[in-house]
Amino acid sequence: MSEAASRAAAADTVARAAATPDIELPYSELGLRPEEYDAIRAILGRRPTSSELAMYSVMWSEHCSYKSSKIHLRTFGEDPAGSAGKMLAGIGDNAGVLDLGNGIAVTFKIESHNHPSYVEPYQGAATGVGGIVRDILTMGARPVAVLDPLRFGPATAPDTSRVLPGVVAGVAGYGNCLGLPNIGGELVFDPCYAGNPLVNVLCVGVLPADGVQYAVASGLGNKVVLIGARTGGDGIGGASVLASATFEDADSGERRPAKRPSVQVGDPFTEKLLIECCLELFAEDLVAGIQDLGAAGISCATTELASAGDGGMLVDLSAVPLRDATLAPEEILMSESQERMCAVVEPAKLDRFLQRCDRWGVGAVVIGEVTDTGRVQIDWRGERIVDVPPRTVAHDGPVYDRPRSRPADLDGLQADDPARLPRPKTADELRTTLLALLGSPNLASKRWVTEQYDALVQGNTALAAPADAGVIRVDERSGLGVAVATDGNGRYCRLDPYAGTQVVLAEAYRNVAATGAEPAAVTDCLNFGSPEDPEVMWQFERTVQGLADACRALGTPVTGGNVSFYNQTGNTAIHPTPVIGVLGVLPNAAQRTPLGFVAGTEIYLLGAAARPEFGGSEWAWTVHGHLGGRPPAVDLDAERALAAVLIGARAAGIARNAHDLADGGLAQALVESALASGVGVAVTAPDAEDAATALFAETTGRALLGVDPEGAAELARLAAGHGVPCDRIGTAGGTGVTIDVRGQRVEATVGELRDVAERTLPRLFGVDDGATA
Amino acid sequence: MTPPRIGVVTFPGSLDDRDAARAVRAAGGESVPLWHADADLRDVAAVVLPGGFSYGDYLRCGAIARFAPLMGELIPAAQRGLPILGICNGFQILCEAHLLAGALTRNAHLRFRYRPQRLRIESTSTAWTGAYGDGAEIVVPIKNMEGRYAATADTVRELEADGRVVARYLGGNPNGSIADIAGIANAAGNVVGLMPHPEHAIDDVYGPGPDGLGFFTSAVTTLVGAAA
Repeated sequence: MSEAASRAAAADTVARAAATPDIELPYSELGLRPEEYDAIRAILGRRPTSSELAMYSVMWSEHCSYKSSKIHLRTFGEDPAGSAGKMLAGIGDNAGVLDLGNGIAVTFKIESHNHPSYVEPYQGAATGVGGIVRDILTMGARPVAVLDPLRFGPATAPDTSRVLPGVVAGVAGYGNCLGLPNIGGELVFDPCYAGNPLVNVLCVGVLPADGVQYAVASGLGNKVVLIGARTGGDGIGGASVLASATFEDADSGERRPAKRPSVQVGDPFTEKLLIECCLELFAEDLVAGIQDLGAAGISCATTELASAGDGGMLVDLSAVPLRDATLAPEEILMSESQERMCAVVEPAKLDRFLQRCDRWGVGAVVIGEVTDTGRVQIDWRGERIVDVPPRTVAHDGPVYDRPRSRPADLDGLQADDPARLPRPKTADELRTTLLALLGSPNLASKRWVTEQYDALVQGNTALAAPADAGVIRVDERSGLGVAVATDGNGRYCRLDPYAGTQVVLAEAYRNVAATGAEPAAVTDCLNFGSPEDPEVMWQFERTVQGLADACRALGTPVTGGNVSFYNQTGNTAIHPTPVIGVLGVLPNAAQRTPLGFVAGTEIYLLGAAARPEFGGSEWAWTVHGHLGGRPPAVDLDAERALAAVLIGARAAGIARNAHDLADGGLAQALVESALASGVGVAVTAPDAEDAATALFAETTGRALLGVDPEGAAELARLAAGHGVPCDRIGTAGGTGVTIDVRGQRVEATVGELRDVAERTLPRLFGVDDGATA
Repeated sequence: MTPPRIGVVTFPGSLDDRDAARAVRAAGGESVPLWHADADLRDVAAVVLPGGFSYGDYLRCGAIARFAPLMGELIPAAQRGLPILGICNGFQILCEAHLLAGALTRNAHLRFRYRPQRLRIESTSTAWTGAYGDGAEIVVPIKNMEGRYAATADTVRELEADGRVVARYLGGNPNGSIADIAGIANAAGNVVGLMPHPEHAIDDVYGPGPDGLGFFTSAVTTLVGAAA
């Protein structure tokens, strides 16, 4: 008997499960706790079959069920007034959808692919892009841009030079092949991410406002069609084991046979065909419901579709096209093979549906139909192997209110005020500090990375990295555009997760406003250690509360996102790292405010005076290796006022360039704007407690704005109207950056600054001058 | 005048087809979608093979696309003088189809590279460069993994001697191309292959500037002139 035949013969059927109630399945190896196994038995009134157990285990994993985070995430549901009417879909859907008017809607969401990217950097990152792109596609949208906030261990660590180039190449390889412009992101190094890189990817999509697709299987007799790639053995258990627990069963001393890679392998060509094919299917109204296959594969898609619908579903698993004929039904149910979607199609439209798939060379097979049983029933070679109420699998998994406790070391950390650190005073010291920060891996030019990404494909990119926010046109007729920025700051959040998260949100919000866009909505990727650690859970709860409160204050609702737990090595968790994406709207993308200085314009510094805020700052970390004190204070009303001035200046046509102040303070912001356009600047820094505070403090709520001299009166009127301090600090032009501060002069040429900023990453990850023939 | 019909081919994996169509329209042409699987040129007066990863770049960039049903029509049409512009993957396909000499190989630095690139137009006597001044210097983005032009010494000598090097990289060779070659033409000048992307440089906002539009206006002007 062949292996395939013997496996088929051994399939654990519903009838067998009923007849052999005492057999105990290996639930703990699948990550389920005894009480969770008991709950499954209670739901079914018998023991689960092995296929049912596979489905429950993967769907009840932390990754799929949000069992530790759910009670906290409900906080986001309390929508701030004024924005609810614009949301066409939100939390609970595959991605939030925002109606921009004139029949145009956008959708956006951020997700993590952290653990797979550590195990296999290229494929982990590539399939991270693929997964979030399918989420966006599932909403009915054409994916139009990606951003990739990335975090790694120390830049000089040997393992970083293994992980980082692979991750960047994976993001590039997949995104470039899909024809998705990469318009922004982050690159951050910190020892806390050694062994736990954070690979988060945000995708933006555009759709007709009346074209939102939903993950619902309704309509008795409608067909369930699996489209896209064949199902293989890749990624089996990826969601429940990799994404939710440890990499291997090191603790139990037991290893499962590693016959297949745990990390999925992506094929962007298939995904590109899937995108074009699905968009044609949507446009011709051939789809009654659709769900992408990501974590938990067919288990997830079938139960989520059925759970959201009004009936049940009958699936013949034997019909699933396989890459590997030896796969057992449990494996087919759990497989995370990429580039697959599950659609619900009315019988009358099936022929046309299949024709469109064939035109794009996309495989499409009917695997089942919608029933009125209220159950998901799955057959394998003529025998029933699954018979479950779908809601118990997909939506009513366990929910935990995990214990929380304030980290024992937090008082000590906060008491370790950076005020004790020696600050640079002389012109020489200030200049040396500026160059040290500029050349540090966190603040250096990211060109080595961003040159590997296609930023222009689709022809709608009005701004991309290193701009504060990426800007794309979403409607060619009107020029309507959106701006998107992502930000994170693990150090701030380590010092105070509530306040730190608010600083992070404020920065992303400010980045969007700097381009002249009106911030409208938020997506979040919450990267944390183990939820079973009460101190991590405390950080999580404070983060969610801080974000929810700040979103209400800023009028920007959270529309969806992702939680990634278990980012830790041994008992050491990463810094709590919420990565926050903000999307804003521009009436005309062509009128966005760029980053770089324009010669002859007057440069203003908007916002409050710099305070000696160095807690968690880039200066304290880079120069002193210090992490302590408190993150900078955040004033959300002041952020709204600042944004109003930046938006007003764009609308009035007077904003020639703008840049928010954040990591590295005023000095770094001036240098970045000079490098962006190659135009220098001469300024006098507003007075502060001392020169270092004036140049390097990370006081929030500030931005640089360049205007023509004839725009000065309008700017003064705008700033006064919104109560925003507005100092003219100098003029853009020339080939040098000159900063006068408390009677001292710090200066450097743009060329010298460019050399310092641009040599860092090539030196670390490969000199990139091999092209010259 | 009736805008000339210029076809833009979509292969599975084409990425810049919509962008090329936009550039055709911006230059005053009518863009006509052509489908790889249809052996039908739809009476177009010129064709653009756009950038992308046709057939996933499997086997070798352009190697599968070269055998598409549409190419069965396009290759003889090119030999009869139909103006054809291949951009990036389109250039690779034209080389694989032996409509242009040489080949595109992996960048010397082995990475995908996107950047605004300075170019010098070396020949204005092709169907696609007539709108430029002799020796014009322009900025157009490059974005490719396999953009390093390679050819035998004899072929390069012949291209140079016949004035068939259409564009050359300035200010640093981005990928290791022999003789800094960014684009070439066939002997008749109707078929041009270009590694940089002029369709991403047709205005002041959505790219580095409007310098690339000239490739498309060149063809439109020639076709309108021929029809008049």
